[in-house]
Amino acid sequence: MAYPENYKYTREHEWIEVAGNVGTVGITDYAQTSLGDIVFVDAPKVGTKVQKGSVFGSVESVKAVSDLYSPVTGTVTGVNEELHASPEKINTDAHSSWIIKVELSNPSELDALLSAVDYEKFIAEETGK
Amino acid sequence: MRYLPKSDAERAAMLQEIGASSIDDLFTAIPEEYRLTRDLKVPRQMGESEIIDYFKSAAEKNAKAYVSFLGAGAYRHYRPVIIDSLVQRGEFLTSYTPYQAEITQGTLQAIFEFQTMICELTGMDIANASMYDGSTGAAEAVMMAVRITGRDGVLVARTVHPEYREVMHTYAQHQGHDAREAAYGQDGRVDLAALEQSVTDETACVLVQSPNFFGVIEDIPAIAEIAHKKGALLIVSIAEAVSLGIVRAPVEADIVSMEAQSFGVALSYGGPYCGVLAAKEKYLRQMPGRLVGETKDTEGRRGFVLTLSTREQHIRREKATSNICTNQALVALMTTIFLTVYGKEGIRELAMQNLAKAKYAADKLGAHGKLLFAQTPRFHEFVLQTDEPPKRLNARLMENKIIGGLDLQKWYPELGNATLWCTTELTTKEQIDAAAGMVAEISVASAAR
Amino acid sequence: MTSTTNAFVGTPGKVTAHLTQNEPLSFEKSSPGKKGYKLARLDVPEIDAAALLGASARKDEPALPELSEIEIIRHFTRLSTWNYAIDLGMYPLGSCTMKYNPRVNEFVSRLEGIAEAHPYQPEPLSRGAMAIIKLLKDCLMEITGMDAITLQPAAGAHGEFTGMLMTRAYHQSKGNPRKTVIIPDSAHGTNPATAASCGYQVINLKSNAQGGVDVAALVQIVNEDTAAMMLTNPSTIGVFENEIHKIADVLHDKGALLYMDGANMNALVGKTRPGDFGVDVMHLNLHKTFSTPHGGGGPGSGPVACKKFLEPFLPTPFVMLGEDGLLHWSSDRPQTVGRVRMFYGNFGMFVRALAYILANGPDGLRQTTEDAVLNANYIRKKLEDVYELPYTTPSMHEVVFSDKRQVKNGVKTGDIAKRLIDYGFHPYTTSFPLIVPGALMIEPTESESREELDLFVDAMRQIAREVEQNPQVVITAPHATRISRLDETGAARKPVLRWKGPPEDAVEVDTAAKEW
Repeated sequence: MAYPENYKYTREHEWIEVAGNVGTVGITDYAQTSLGDIVFVDAPKVGTKVQKGSVFGSVESVKAVSDLYSPVTGTVTGVNEELHASPEKINTDAHSSWIIKVELSNPSELDALLSAVDYEKFIAEETGK
Repeated sequence: MRYLPKSDAERAAMLQEIGASSIDDLFTAIPEEYRLTRDLKVPRQMGESEIIDYFKSAAEKNAKAYVSFLGAGAYRHYRPVIIDSLVQRGEFLTSYTPYQAEITQGTLQAIFEFQTMICELTGMDIANASMYDGSTGAAEAVMMAVRITGRDGVLVARTVHPEYREVMHTYAQHQGHDAREAAYGQDGRVDLAALEQSVTDETACVLVQSPNFFGVIEDIPAIAEIAHKKGALLIVSIAEAVSLGIVRAPVEADIVSMEAQSFGVALSYGGPYCGVLAAKEKYLRQMPGRLVGETKDTEGRRGFVLTLSTREQHIRREKATSNICTNQALVALMTTIFLTVYGKEGIRELAMQNLAKAKYAADKLGAHGKLLFAQTPRFHEFVLQTDEPPKRLNARLMENKIIGGLDLQKWYPELGNATLWCTTELTTKEQIDAAAGMVAEISVASAAR
Repeated sequence: MTSTTNAFVGTPGKVTAHLTQNEPLSFEKSSPGKKGYKLARLDVPEIDAAALLGASARKDEPALPELSEIEIIRHFTRLSTWNYAIDLGMYPLGSCTMKYNPRVNEFVSRLEGIAEAHPYQPEPLSRGAMAIIKLLKDCLMEITGMDAITLQPAAGAHGEFTGMLMTRAYHQSKGNPRKTVIIPDSAHGTNPATAASCGYQVINLKSNAQGGVDVAALVQIVNEDTAAMMLTNPSTIGVFENEIHKIADVLHDKGALLYMDGANMNALVGKTRPGDFGVDVMHLNLHKTFSTPHGGGGPGSGPVACKKFLEPFLPTPFVMLGEDGLLHWSSDRPQTVGRVRMFYGNFGMFVRALAYILANGPDGLRQTTEDAVLNANYIRKKLEDVYELPYTTPSMHEVVFSDKRQVKNGVKTGDIAKRLIDYGFHPYTTSFPLIVPGALMIEPTESESREELDLFVDAMRQIAREVEQNPQVVITAPHATRISRLDETGAARKPVLRWKGPPEDAVEVDTAAKEW
């Protein structure tokens, strides 16, 4: 599976695509495969403050729940309402199905995130276990 | 021992197959100092007739052939006999939680029917397949409201069953709730003016019971308005489910927590009963307990399955909406059968009879005492104030094999000599007349002293 | 019958296909005017509900079904025939202890003086009920080796909650409620959920290579912030923690308590007592160890037993023997955590559990435990060559395998479980405990005869062969049930939680927008 090169990744399997001062966040294809059929996305409201490394919501499948950890600190400026009626979009195309948009308060945090190459290496190690 | 399907020869053969020389070999993991080398000090093994004799003699020591006017959260209604015929079928009695849907469709469909009927009766959109009882259900409803609103103020009416309030207090202990009581007025209902003062932007919920502990029906629309104005949720707790046959459903509530014992569950000295949680659709994901949903199988046939289990403890663990696991499935089945037996017309007729008996009793008894909250609509319970202290009144009634109304001194001392009386469709006119006659005698005698 | 595109490999010895009746929802059979009830004649004057109740009167008619008695009997009887049950055969669910539910228990719980007792009956008229409670308490204290007990909690999880509240109250009485509770990663989900609900932070303790408590790791993390450890013994993999004395010592050294989840007591009754090996507080599951029926998911009962020093914190009220030689209800417990439910507990279950204890006596109870452990070990021996044993430590009353040898054929524990249904058994517990990937958790209990065990072993061995020769038949199982695998994803995405209209209605409930 190709992980978009212009995205950055976390070890908790979120991706972030940054344009200007706004980051778009979703979960990776690896995450959606592990979860199975997604049935519900619990996302915060616009205006919520999020913290790097803290839980901002969750993604549920029939048998499992996964917390969503924010890759960055900032304020939520957008929530993908489509996922409400069609959470399965994440299964079909995880890398286009964004969950929230965040206005970054500290763009330097991006430096600590993984590149596509590093992320692929990371999951290779995880699954190799 | 007759429940164990093995002979000693079989045990020996099995041990040999395992390669153990004796059963002790299988218990070596227990450190020697902790192995019991003596018999447990419990009564000796009894034959079936001896077991029955033991319980019969215990049952004899309980009230037999007494007429009871007790209610207060546990109600004596007629239980159609087919309830026990059906629930004692091994396929219901000895089946497990329906995690394997293909071989537990019986349980699942029955729960789905239960959920539907509870929604119809309470006016809510979703209902769960039962909690432990009305008191813990109320506590869970409060926690649900706190989760939903993110606020921590909780207002509970003083007219809610005192033991429900005790339980809510226990649960709230470590949740950091700011729990306060809402007082009642001269009419026996929640004091609306006082309530309005107490509800703030920090109030998560207002919890009332209707019919309340005094038997009085609360003004739900008015209370709802007060709560909702400040963004608080309204939780209505119902202790007497049969009331829903004739009293309007609390449709303005956000959450309804009900005790369904009245729907065909035996009194059984306080349990097991049947707690139910119902709510508006939008609170679905915050609702604890098991839910059964309709779906299709691979061939497109309709079937039922436990769903939304991600709310539950076996998946979320510490993030679960509640730690609840076992519920009250068999008692919920009893209520499902009960409601199916009575049906649309029957539940109304049943409630009507209860109301009629209580009206008659209140009139008769009210002639020899003061009927409190007389002008406020009530269901089948009422509070009687007498000159005679309840202890003496009830002692005299007991001599005549009548268990009178519940002494309210412990919980509502401000009401003076007050007792809570309940009549159901099973209370006969004769019994009411006899009780009223006795109360009259006792009052006259007491006045004469 | 579902269509089978693949040829069967195995031959079920336990079951043969048979017709079962179909049955729609009761609402779908309902017809206005049909009646299943008749009330006694009203002997008091009729009333005008609208006049009496005013605005509180009900104006709508709830859509409950209208059916005759025979239709109701058929409805529920047909439904019952779709269920598997202990009365039909072995239920190998791990940690559920699906043992025989004796019928004398049902009989005695329905005796008039017991079934019709009102909880607020005056004490002089309740002495029989109170005697039953007292005797059961005494028996359970003896069985657990504890000094005090409450019967109030309604189920195991409720008991855990009570036990943790007591733990907190105890620490609070010493001036510091403490912050954390240690829980092994093999624990049942109710454990961490309970600890969190009492305001404690959960610290997960990774199990050691034998699937037990890593005592060295435990020593590292126990400190003065530790309120308690919640332990299941035997563990959820069916293994007795033989370092239990060390575990208890490590905790007690730092003033922490040892809480035991008593779900697996069926391996211990009559052979050892938790109170003897260092447990301070524990809960029991009457619906597991003490034979009260599961009834499709409840009711249960979860008494909490404890050592003397925790007695002051137990819930109230409690039954005690007064100076007058009579039993009384007392609330004289100033440091009580309070009440965890109304009235006294699931009394109906107390009656059943006590009947079970009386039917067994000390010898029966011990023999029961021995047979439970014998049965589990027999299954282990007969299946260990075909299913992977993740841990070689001795099993007690339950054995845990993994699907490691089957996964290479694309078959997982969940599939094997579904195929077991075709062989006439209820599945074992799949995918729990979490420390065993692809777990098969099997607890036969003492109630299984050698014949039933052999049929189970035979079925499991045939399925193992099918995994090799025709994995598809396992992956697409079950094939012989009246309904095949259900779409759980659809059920969760678009929940339909009640009947709404005429049959075949395609109403899809909207998962409404969150406001909060």
